[in-house]
Amino acid sequence: MSEFFTNLKENGTVNIVELGGYLDAHTAPQLENVFSDLIKSKRFNVVVNFEQLNYISSAGLGVFMAFIETMRENSGDIKLAAMKPNVYNIFDLLGFPLLYEIFNSENEAIDKFIKQ
Amino acid sequence: MENTKQKTFELSVRSTTEELSAIRDFIRQSISPAGITDEAMDKIILAVDEASTNVVKHAYHYAKDKEIKIQLELKSESCVVTITDFGDSFDPNEIPQPNMKQYLEEKRVGGLGLYLMRTLMDEVQYTSYDGKYNKLVLIKKISA
Repeated sequence: MSEFFTNLKENGTVNIVELGGYLDAHTAPQLENVFSDLIKSKRFNVVVNFEQLNYISSAGLGVFMAFIETMRENSGDIKLAAMKPNVYNIFDLLGFPLLYEIFNSENEAIDKFIKQ
Repeated sequence: MENTKQKTFELSVRSTTEELSAIRDFIRQSISPAGITDEAMDKIILAVDEASTNVVKHAYHYAKDKEIKIQLELKSESCVVTITDFGDSFDPNEIPQPNMKQYLEEKRVGGLGLYLMRTLMDEVQYTSYDGKYNKLVLIKKISA
């Protein structure tokens, strides 16, 4: 059973990480690896597309906390897009919308990078 | 008629994060027939996931061959989940409620599990029994 997956795409200078399934303490290291690889290859503009993500726990939220600073220090950002309401609620509960830009769609998030 | 009857479900799993999906399935299957709202069910599932993750990390320090016991009781007005471990104990009262604004500004990683549990559930009780085992009781009120 594939309980979590990531898929990486590029759109110009923006890197899109698609997430699907269940992001918890067991699967969070997979996402950490994706971000580590992006940093190694100096790709700091990241849009995370949550469209296919069904579930997130604090271990998953912690991954975004762990990498946001490095992206921003390098003039990049992690922008979040297309969350299901139950996933958004967890981000909202912890006040994450104060720290992250969250968009309704992947394209809106990409446009924000292009206009910056 | 059946709704008023108390029901108890039990699960025993190894102390590894691999078991989190089985734990979530157990909670979902146990409470689905009770007619609890999806929102309440999602909150209970996440709280139990956070509690179990804390046991793996903090009670057993990632040792995989230990036991986590989960008991779910459906009562007429509440859902009570008890998570038992046989590892190190902690005092949740010594862990302050984080100031989320400060937390976010400092971009700290981890430590959100207990905060989430307290936010998602109506009651969170932790008891350590003489260094032998620990019980975390999570209670969610459900509409009758």
